[in-house]
Amino acid sequence: MSVPRASGYFRTRYAQDTALLETRTQKACALAFAAGLAAYPFLAGPLALDLANQVLLGSIGAVALMLLTGYAGQISLGHAGLLAAGAFTGGILFKELGAPFWVTLPAAALVGAGLGIAFGLPSLRLRGLYLAVSTLALHFIVIHAGAEYETRRGFSTGIVIDPPRIGEWVLRDARAWYFVLLAFAVANLLFSLNLLRTRTGRAWRAVHGREAVAEALGISVRRAKLAAFVVSSAITAVAGCLFAYYRGFVSAEAFSLYLTIQYVAMIIIGGMGSLLGAVLGTAFVTVFPYAIEAVMRLLGLADRLSSVVFAVNYAAFGLVMILFLVLEPQGLVGIWRRVQEWFLLWPFKQRPLSK
Amino acid sequence: MQLAVNIAVLASIYALICCGYVLIYRVSRVLSLAHGELMMLGAYGLYATASLFSGHPLLAVAAAGGLALAVGAAVYAALMWRMTGESVLAAVLATIALGILLRGLMVLVFGTQTQYPLRDLGWTNASFDVGGGARISGVGAALVLGTALAYGSLFAFLRGTRWGLRMRAAGQNPLLAAQRGVRLHGIYALAWALATFTGGMAGILIACDAGLEGTLVTIGLKAFPAALVGGLDSLLGALVGSLIVAGAEVLLIHYVDPLLSDVVPFLVLLAMLVLRPWGLFGSREELDRV
Repeated sequence: MSVPRASGYFRTRYAQDTALLETRTQKACALAFAAGLAAYPFLAGPLALDLANQVLLGSIGAVALMLLTGYAGQISLGHAGLLAAGAFTGGILFKELGAPFWVTLPAAALVGAGLGIAFGLPSLRLRGLYLAVSTLALHFIVIHAGAEYETRRGFSTGIVIDPPRIGEWVLRDARAWYFVLLAFAVANLLFSLNLLRTRTGRAWRAVHGREAVAEALGISVRRAKLAAFVVSSAITAVAGCLFAYYRGFVSAEAFSLYLTIQYVAMIIIGGMGSLLGAVLGTAFVTVFPYAIEAVMRLLGLADRLSSVVFAVNYAAFGLVMILFLVLEPQGLVGIWRRVQEWFLLWPFKQRPLSK
Repeated sequence: MQLAVNIAVLASIYALICCGYVLIYRVSRVLSLAHGELMMLGAYGLYATASLFSGHPLLAVAAAGGLALAVGAAVYAALMWRMTGESVLAAVLATIALGILLRGLMVLVFGTQTQYPLRDLGWTNASFDVGGGARISGVGAALVLGTALAYGSLFAFLRGTRWGLRMRAAGQNPLLAAQRGVRLHGIYALAWALATFTGGMAGILIACDAGLEGTLVTIGLKAFPAALVGGLDSLLGALVGSLIVAGAEVLLIHYVDPLLSDVVPFLVLLAMLVLRPWGLFGSREELDRV
């Protein structure tokens, strides 16, 4: 996080050691960025606003997955299952009990945490590939349970949810959603940033590095792994519940394996082991299909391929993922860091070897 | 009796698909999650050759088989060799990405309509009695026979030939094998080719039975638990695992609920992962970290 800048920067107080933003330039940049974010919904059109909302929503889930996979090193292919669990918790509580959002969101977090334990238990015995497979199996089971609820209760096309309301005020406007989602995303990001600097977060990195050494250092590997799964799943389930409210609709079909792959792609394309990467990756993956569509329209192919747009998306998405895996395993963050490095070292090209 | 026949047919489907997973995993320690798509590609290969060699069905099937072999080797040469030595996650993700890419391309090239390659070949799927009041379709019988043939020849190949020996050596210890003059890239490419070939055959036979459409990929994914139940690096395990998963699936569908069909394999898989993660016949190994 705190890469010493080339010009030299010296900490003189303890508060500076724990500050998230160190230099005046960083603070100014952050302030400008925040102002930009606040102004965005008043400048953007409806499509751009919806895109931004999707990015904010996706970033919550992607950051959660990054905590689990990028930092704690536990592969999970069950992310869509957890999102579905959150969405269905919201949907079912609303349909059966008419519960308001301030009940459903915490309930979703609780269900997510419980499922996190279920998803995490195999991780105590399994590693790598086998863990990925066990989470994949759980994904199918959660989705099946959701679909079963839909058919049994006769909501075969999906559950319709009313937008959240506080007294008379109803959260329906896209601009209002933007600020709500922004608050959630920022809170989640700050929480994750700080969590990673605590004992728990450092324990996760140690477990990722090498389990045996982590154990020797006095870290309870079991507890660290379970904590990673529980925290990540709870956040993801809340994101799923928000997703349900945002769309106003829950259906098991929306949470296919492809959604999991998209989330995994977000953290791969963004760059493993970086929260900035998770956000960048989310933006990339969310905007990507729209970019493809725009390109197709530019090339005049849109009409001819309109019935198979999803196939074009699939093919292009697979190709981009392969390109990133092969050519830029560090992801977007890797590119960003190289750019920074270039400016920091200018006019030199490389860091000196002796240091 | 009919149940037994159904189990046998389903088990052969799973077994024929599984041996692709097992071959690739055993030789290169990569889990190919693009197997379902490669299967489907094999089936589309037959669809293409059937119209090319119309009137010569056997020639078309042989050409489709050759095509599948070539595709497998090409996948390795174009993509997977770059993933050699990368982390487990990267390799698995590369196969997932490949799967998405292939799925998109196949829809673009062949469309979304359900195809019936059997009809294109000019054959019909007659069913006949096997005794005890049970009936088996022609394609079902071909599946059982084909699976037996595939496994027989794979066992013979791995045990009896020099290439099979090299393959086993590469799977056991790549470094030592390479030092003894085994060309690893060649071996890995061969494993991918064989896996795609068997997968393609499975895809062709399923497509002949049920028509060629997108659900084929799901079947490919559902076969994967069978490979894991048996042990990911054991061919014999794949056979036994397929029998177990197919048996559980057919019986539960018959006696409990037809809707369960999509989750049963994964339930079996979870149970297995809790009890014996390395599978029935697999070797107990130190699993890699991310």
